[in-house]
Amino acid sequence: MSLALDAPAPIGFAEKIWRINWGLVLVLTAIAGVGVLALYSAAGGRFEPWAARHAVRYGAAFGLMLVVALIHPKVWLAMAWPIYIVSVLLLVAVDVIGKIGMGAQRWLVIGPLQIQPSEIAKVAVIMVVARYYHGLRKEQASQFLYTLPPLAMILVVVALVMVQPDLGTAMMVLMGGGALLFVAGVRIWMFLAAGVSAVACLPIAWSLMHEYQRKRVLTFLDPDRDPLGAGYHITQSKIAIGSGGLFGKGFLKGTQSSLNFLPEKQTDFIFTTFVEEWGLVGACVLLALFALVLVWGFSIAFRSQHHFGRLLALGVTSLMFLYVFINTAMVMGMLPVVGVPLPLVSNGGTALLSVMFACGLLIGVNVYRDAQLPRTR
Amino acid sequence: MKQFRKGDGERSGLFTRRALLLGGAQAVLLTALAGRLYQLQVVETERFASLADENRINLRLLPPSRGLIFDRSGQPLAVNRNNFRAMVTSDRGRGADVLIERLDQILSLGDADKSRLLRELRRSRNSQPAVVRENLGWEEVARLEFNAPDLPGVFIDLGQSRDYPEGELMSHIVGYTGRVADEDLAGRDDPVLSLPTMRFGKKGMERSLEDDLRGRAGAVQVEVNAVGRVVRELDRTEGQPGDNALLTIDLDLQRFVAEKVKEHQSGSVVVMDVITGDVLAMVSSPGFDPSTFARGITQSEWRDLLENPERPLHNKAIAGVYPPGSTYKMVTALAALEAKVIDPWTRLPCPGYLELGGIKFHCWLKGGHGSTNVTEAIACSCDCFFYEASRRTGVDRMADMANRLGFGKVSELGLPGESSANQPTRAWKQEKIGKPWQPGDSFNLGIGQGFMTATPLQLAIMTARIANGGYDVQPNLLLAKTTPREELAPPAPRDKPTAPSLRLNPQHLQIIRQGMVDVVNSSIGTAGALRRDASGKLLDFTFAGKTGTAQVKRITERERELGITQAQLPWHLRHHALFVCFGPAEKPRYACAVIIEHGMAGGATAGPIGRDVLAETIKRDPSRRTDGFKKMASR
Repeated sequence: MSLALDAPAPIGFAEKIWRINWGLVLVLTAIAGVGVLALYSAAGGRFEPWAARHAVRYGAAFGLMLVVALIHPKVWLAMAWPIYIVSVLLLVAVDVIGKIGMGAQRWLVIGPLQIQPSEIAKVAVIMVVARYYHGLRKEQASQFLYTLPPLAMILVVVALVMVQPDLGTAMMVLMGGGALLFVAGVRIWMFLAAGVSAVACLPIAWSLMHEYQRKRVLTFLDPDRDPLGAGYHITQSKIAIGSGGLFGKGFLKGTQSSLNFLPEKQTDFIFTTFVEEWGLVGACVLLALFALVLVWGFSIAFRSQHHFGRLLALGVTSLMFLYVFINTAMVMGMLPVVGVPLPLVSNGGTALLSVMFACGLLIGVNVYRDAQLPRTR
Repeated sequence: MKQFRKGDGERSGLFTRRALLLGGAQAVLLTALAGRLYQLQVVETERFASLADENRINLRLLPPSRGLIFDRSGQPLAVNRNNFRAMVTSDRGRGADVLIERLDQILSLGDADKSRLLRELRRSRNSQPAVVRENLGWEEVARLEFNAPDLPGVFIDLGQSRDYPEGELMSHIVGYTGRVADEDLAGRDDPVLSLPTMRFGKKGMERSLEDDLRGRAGAVQVEVNAVGRVVRELDRTEGQPGDNALLTIDLDLQRFVAEKVKEHQSGSVVVMDVITGDVLAMVSSPGFDPSTFARGITQSEWRDLLENPERPLHNKAIAGVYPPGSTYKMVTALAALEAKVIDPWTRLPCPGYLELGGIKFHCWLKGGHGSTNVTEAIACSCDCFFYEASRRTGVDRMADMANRLGFGKVSELGLPGESSANQPTRAWKQEKIGKPWQPGDSFNLGIGQGFMTATPLQLAIMTARIANGGYDVQPNLLLAKTTPREELAPPAPRDKPTAPSLRLNPQHLQIIRQGMVDVVNSSIGTAGALRRDASGKLLDFTFAGKTGTAQVKRITERERELGITQAQLPWHLRHHALFVCFGPAEKPRYACAVIIEHGMAGGATAGPIGRDVLAETIKRDPSRRTDGFKKMASR
């Protein structure tokens, strides 16, 4: 092994720019473009109120992503804990304000900004768990005791999000964190044990759930149980998707969305709005774009020379996958309605920013793929 | 440093294996998504496409315009008037409570309306609208329009409501319409009846001509959004308005008759064409205002109508049953002649009363008529003659003759609610009273008392059949009906009856008619005063009639001794006054039956009305009037 490989020379700015995955950036922009198109249609063929804002937000988030991508991973290694702690504090603040305000609370208003701390927390958990395993040896990673701290990091956030209540985000954090533990080398039997105990805990979880959450689960199991009540959303969404057929009804010609049979058509059900008008072909194109993002994510993870980068890239990729899978499976009636947006397409600022921030981290891993990071604790 | 790399290499290897596993799992799940998309969008797409169309496309029925009703000269009796109504749609009652509360604030609905609306909205399918309020004023329309943003699903609809320009005058004949009731749907599967704005004939000709007047619904296909608001019209088929109907009633004559009857508290008159059976006037007084039903009757108005002793809702002409009294004597005479138990020259004694089993059957004339033949007996209305004639004929042959003349059964007039009244028979008495027929029953039947009852219409039918020479003429209210695009053409005037003959001996009928002519025109007649009009001038035509005074309550021997007069009794116990007549005597064309409830004396109370009505009818000769049709066709 040559010395040059062990200690590569610092790379120049042009090289950094060159190393940015411009193909990935293009794909992300294409997905956001689909978002603008769908939001334009959801508003009945108008840029207001969603499409124009979505484009502007994407522009801003695009800048953020590039800036994040150019920041050295050692900074993120150092910032992981502070970001995690801040996001936990924000979650606590949201819960407390929600308690006072007597109702579900997911937003925090700071001056002119309206932020959704759970969106930040998703990324923060990935960062802090990746940082933790970066500092462990392989043998340590597979030991049970060493698994407890990252489990705690994940579960604290899951619990805080759960009480908001936001079942969808909680599930995403749990599964995203679980994916990280899996690739970091936690023994398979621990996952099996966790799975078994989760099933055993189902009745308890059921008793802790809110009435509307139970209703959603029941409705998911049998959508025709209450076709005009809780099952209405999912039934109408399936009708919209199904009636789209192979080639769709045509741009701006979706009857289910334009006549308002579709609920939440600009946020959680934006996939439905798009697919009704563009059909199976459009849906496959959109899913293929997301699949490209995932492939890129995996290849970046594999190429990273440092463990932090690998875990970060894989965490971000898993997050992306979970977003897409839970959202689309939900609107097609394969999962209960849990309120997860479709990344880069759904209307909503914080989610867009946090996704683009995560993509910035991902690209950053590629830019600094051969950086040497000390195994600090 | 080497140690670091080495350790990392091990971690990297594990990471790669695990990451590939994870990536594989993700690929499988993404494939599952694609599979689900294929299932929804290719395998089941037709089902979902039709569901989407069911969501958005709404077939709405267009209520047809109800057919109009005119009198025989083309004057309107029932018309349609524009009506602004507030309607509301809601998908099976979603958010209905809030909406109804808001509507209540704007229109101040009653509790009954509120609960009806809620019920209708919960039941409605395919966003079928419900009626909030009919006949809105412009101010209410403006208030609704102003508040439209807060009232999703509420809209103003221009519809039609029924109007009866003649009001009370034609109330019993034309009737009225109301909301479609469940029992109205029996045997009719016309989908238009499920429309909330649809009205259904409830009484009178509105009811009997319901299926003709209703018309056929049109349909419009509209695209609606999720709250049921119409986005655009996709397709429209026009319906067909209901048929127009021309009644046999002569409105001007009807008005004349009503004025006459109104001089008394309660009564009824039927005027018939004896050749065609056309009912030219049919008055039951008092009547009611059908517009109260058209706009929705209130509880107190309804109670007042029901509790009125003069029974304004009751069409006395077809449903009022009275003992026919002496107007029945023509039946007795004809039955006796046809049975050959008397002949035209048979004279029967009248000592003032006949005794049967120790009971005295009095003649109305104290001291009696001596002896009379059948013509004289009709003219002077001798009771004793008819006691004996009825006894000789027997109840079976009496009932048979009465049936042929129209008693004891419902006619073919076609108005709902007609009564058959009661023509007693042996079997009837055995069944209802549980006793066999007695000779005394025959005595009473002979003078139209006892168990015998008849409606004014039946009396008019009897008179018409005697007058027209024994033809089985049926009363008739519908002159013509046509689709609205056709011109209403009058049927050709007829002078010969087309009804089958009753096969009565023309000579016997002539004798009966002569008796009736003598009632008015002979010195022994009970209504000789009717030869002159109200001002004492001799009439310019001759007519025939028969008076009748029907007992409401048996006159006791004590009252007979005390000489208590009818006027001293309370109104509801006084005799009914009856009069039947036809004219002109030489060539009979019109028959008329008059009943004044508790009018005391037939000749004095009912007679003048019969005379005046007949005179007016003959003067107007409605059967030949056709000028009105031209007016009508140009409408």
